[in-house]
Amino acid sequence: MTTANSASAGASTKKTVVIRNKGALRIESLIVLALLVVVMSFASPFFFTLPNIFNVILATSTIGILALGATFVIGSAGIDLSVGSLLAFAGVVGAFSVAALGLPWWVAIFAALAAGTFAGWINGLVITYGHVPAFVVTLGMMGVARGVALLITDGQAIYGLPEPLIWLGQGRPFGIPVPAIVFLVMAVVLHLLLSYTRFGRHTLIIGDNERGARAMGVPVRSLRIKIYMLSGLMAGLAGLLTTARVNAGDPTAGMTFELSAITAAIIGGTNLFGGRATILGTVIGALIMGVLQNGLNLLAIPSFWQEISIGVVLVAAVWLDQFAKRQKE
Amino acid sequence: MLQITDVKKNFGPVEVLRGVSFGLDAGECVALVGDNGAGKSTLMKIITGVYTASSGEVTLADRSITGTAPGEIRELGIEMIYQSLELASQQDVTANIFLGREPTRKIMGFQTGVIDFKSARAQAEEMIEQLGARLPSVDIQVGNLSGGQQQSVAIARALTFSPKVVIMDEPTAALAVREIQHVLDLIKELKSRGIAVILISHRLTDVFEVADRIVALRQGVVIADERTEDTTMQDVVAHIVGAH
Repeated sequence: MTTANSASAGASTKKTVVIRNKGALRIESLIVLALLVVVMSFASPFFFTLPNIFNVILATSTIGILALGATFVIGSAGIDLSVGSLLAFAGVVGAFSVAALGLPWWVAIFAALAAGTFAGWINGLVITYGHVPAFVVTLGMMGVARGVALLITDGQAIYGLPEPLIWLGQGRPFGIPVPAIVFLVMAVVLHLLLSYTRFGRHTLIIGDNERGARAMGVPVRSLRIKIYMLSGLMAGLAGLLTTARVNAGDPTAGMTFELSAITAAIIGGTNLFGGRATILGTVIGALIMGVLQNGLNLLAIPSFWQEISIGVVLVAAVWLDQFAKRQKE
Repeated sequence: MLQITDVKKNFGPVEVLRGVSFGLDAGECVALVGDNGAGKSTLMKIITGVYTASSGEVTLADRSITGTAPGEIRELGIEMIYQSLELASQQDVTANIFLGREPTRKIMGFQTGVIDFKSARAQAEEMIEQLGARLPSVDIQVGNLSGGQQQSVAIARALTFSPKVVIMDEPTAALAVREIQHVLDLIKELKSRGIAVILISHRLTDVFEVADRIVALRQGVVIADERTEDTTMQDVVAHIVGAH
């Protein structure tokens, strides 16, 4: 044991103010991403070009946005398996509101976001007040939301979206795809929320020690409900962008996306058992998956290898984490 | 200061507390003793607002706090140091000291939920120094600290917001001898500052060193409430096990 060193404290204050939560970010994931980028750049002349970089971010944006929500959920020691279905549900609701009901284009934005948030609210209510495990509640919601999306559309995709909506999915101001911009902006906003506010701090604390948080007066229930609403909102946003990009409300969109979102968050260093999470890590995790996909495509390697490589990276990430933990002990 | 009047609590058909009454004054230390299952933890959880009493009342400075939420009860000045400490092990010392009460910053005149890290860290450091706790840094993750150091963090958390009543649940059970004396000295210091202390402990030597009164709980009722100087260790043991 050493003595309290208040003398040297002043020097370190500055550093901790700059990067919050820095201990939680796993540097390994950044190294893996950098290595992948370098290898792919040498392997394919098309990889490290501006248009392709935008393509990677565009391809990553849907899973990435879902993963931002998953970061909060998993950080709070929860799980949300419904986001893939909510993506389809919200996308269908948005498309339905304009294509079938003939409402103005901007209504679709609110309708899709509200649909996702509402479903997340239901998830949160049943988890907190119904005392049903999150795994079960969101697994149920996964079926319900998918079923409702199919019911609304009678199993057919809804076509015919107005031009401004399509721009949300296909527009490229300054050459940058709109979904990529939305993903990066949301990442910055949620990074600030997670690392700088009481909401974010409490999210990680209930993931770390829920009973302790409650005893210290953290409003655990309302917090948990908000976390699932945030996850639902992100699914609604991803659904809106997906619908806009393919110009159709597809009730079968987003299948198994929840697993990819969880994968991205875990590769990025989110503790599956809660208490530790960073948005920067999740963005890196999602980009690792995006770069693998894009790079292997450019190299014309069969897509089966993408699944294999992502699976290996996921297990390796958690193995490394456990290995580092055991070394410390 | 704190008055508990005829508090009853049942979980379904099980009566855990069957009408408990006692009080304590400012600067007084009351030791709460009793066997496992006597109802000590349940009673403490009722005082801190984690449970609500089935009937009866708890008052703080003549104001009823029955049914108040845990966060509000902390605001009113009742702090509890749990035996399990209830720390967030992946957060740093500062975050744990301010858990649930993070100071926030005003941005352009508006109160926000943005944490004021600078002031929290400075206050945490001051608190740790005041307590004479030996920590490498307030930026270290609590999970990386020793048991005694974690105990210091939990104590610092309880004392940072000038409480009126501090409840300590087995604060010395997991500590080394030198650290035990440190905690006992701290309790005396709190008393001298006019803070009321409820000490739950199985270690009667600790109880006799710092407590002004000893309240024995058995099967959900107060079986004895005596001044420390008027009783002996044998009597207290007899109360706890019910050998009368």
